[in-house]
Amino acid sequence: MKRAAAGSTGASLPVRHDRRCVECMALAFGIGAAIVASFAYLAVDWRGLFSSESMRLMGRFTAEFFPPDLSPAFLGRAAWGALQTFAVATIGTLLAVVAGGLLALPAAGRFGTPARVAARFALNALRSVPELVWAAIMVIAAGLGPFAGTLALALHTSGVLGRLYAESLENAPRGPERALRDAGSAPVAAFAYATLPLVTAQGVAYALYRLEMNIRMAAVLGFVGAGGLGQMLYFHLSIFQQAQASTLLMAMLLLVFAVDALSGWARARLAPAYA
Amino acid sequence: MRAPSAVGPPLRDPAAGRRVGLAVTAAILLWPLLVLAEFEPWRLFDASHLAVMAGFLGGFLPPVVTAEFLALLVRATLETLAIATAGIALAFVIAAPLAALATRSLSIARIGPGPGLRSGVALRTVVRGLLTLLRAIPEIVWALLFVRALGLGPGAGVLALAVTYGGMLGKVYAEILESGDTRPARALLEAGSSRLGAFFYALVPAAAQELASYTVYRWECAVRASVVMGFVGAGGLGQLMDQSMKMLNGGEASSVLLVFLGLVVVADLLSALIRRVLA
Repeated sequence: MKRAAAGSTGASLPVRHDRRCVECMALAFGIGAAIVASFAYLAVDWRGLFSSESMRLMGRFTAEFFPPDLSPAFLGRAAWGALQTFAVATIGTLLAVVAGGLLALPAAGRFGTPARVAARFALNALRSVPELVWAAIMVIAAGLGPFAGTLALALHTSGVLGRLYAESLENAPRGPERALRDAGSAPVAAFAYATLPLVTAQGVAYALYRLEMNIRMAAVLGFVGAGGLGQMLYFHLSIFQQAQASTLLMAMLLLVFAVDALSGWARARLAPAYA
Repeated sequence: MRAPSAVGPPLRDPAAGRRVGLAVTAAILLWPLLVLAEFEPWRLFDASHLAVMAGFLGGFLPPVVTAEFLALLVRATLETLAIATAGIALAFVIAAPLAALATRSLSIARIGPGPGLRSGVALRTVVRGLLTLLRAIPEIVWALLFVRALGLGPGAGVLALAVTYGGMLGKVYAEILESGDTRPARALLEAGSSRLGAFFYALVPAAAQELASYTVYRWECAVRASVVMGFVGAGGLGQLMDQSMKMLNGGEASSVLLVFLGLVVVADLLSALIRRVLA
């Protein structure tokens, strides 16, 4: 503490501070310019938002959502849709945990540099294609229905989780695994008993985060025909049945709340093994 | 290295029973989910699907690089970038104040006995509820709402992104501000600093890197969300992709996908740059 205090009164700090501020000023200026340029490029007439006419139209659109359709028959269908969305998101995330985990091993550089570069490229490619585009491709490959949505989520999420897993594997201390290897343990056993326990808690936490996001995404994937709440929502919105759409939105909200709470509870119980 | 059996009983995993139990429970829970998701991998190998897919994927190579399509692609990319950037800028404007209101780290009443504990908790709960509402309604529904006001076009897309991503950024900002080192903020508050002072001088500097990298990540997601924006005629890469997919034009689709890949790489570089400057 004392040394830090002494250092801050030294002559070196103002110089460093100046140089950094040139950099951060340049960055701030760049970001500001990008934002201004974006708004200028789009040239949207924002006045339309605040006119009384558009306020009335938006108000009417919102009012059409009330009262929601709460007939038992429709509630049953909404519950079925919610279950399907939950299933799509869960299976998709689980498949992604497996595929991402397998790709993370080469991506963390365990099988040499060429494998590392190839795996990183594969992960980036999986991640860079939006879920909705994966879903559209999977609808071609597997036909309409929730299976296409499951595959789409699994493919995109594999890219995201694989990258995060590779980073945790690289950050994990190497000591325990090396100790087991030096004591004559087989490579797979050394990995499973030394490195895996160090990264499991973090990995499960990442997977739960992705599950929360995938629940939201699974609800939207239905728009390209991938089943669940999204497909029903798209159907009812496109035939202007706002009362039904509003029930579905509430089902979505409930599902998101429930899964967020559950996964938040599970994440709070997962203390990192090395902390 | 096998334990010599003469020394003692063979090695045994003490957690084996628990692990088997967990695996069986998971399998029982998983089965109905697999049925609900209509998990039928063999459908992928259906002859008719394979033929369509082969035709589509076969068209991926080579990507279309005619001057005409490239001009379209450049314009769509600029549009997508502009929508994502404007949307994230507005989302930040929504999220930053709400996150400051929602974070527990700035609560003075929590430090010691004093007035305002109840009203503080109530305020934070209301703000958190608002953030959840903003992000739980899908972008497309917000977009349909704003289309009523602004008509078909990028404006509705920007606002829809701003509202949903405002909700997401706000929630995550609040969590980042709570999970980092909050002792400096607490020290300032205990010494009588205002909440704003503690926010700008203690909380934000400690979490700046994480906040920035999450914001850049969200920008990347916003670029991908432009696919949704195609639905409201906002243009951009999503609409172009949609058209190529509907016509099963693999060459055009692969060009668009390559642009997505390039944008993700750019976002990674940008994130690294911003984190380095903030370090």
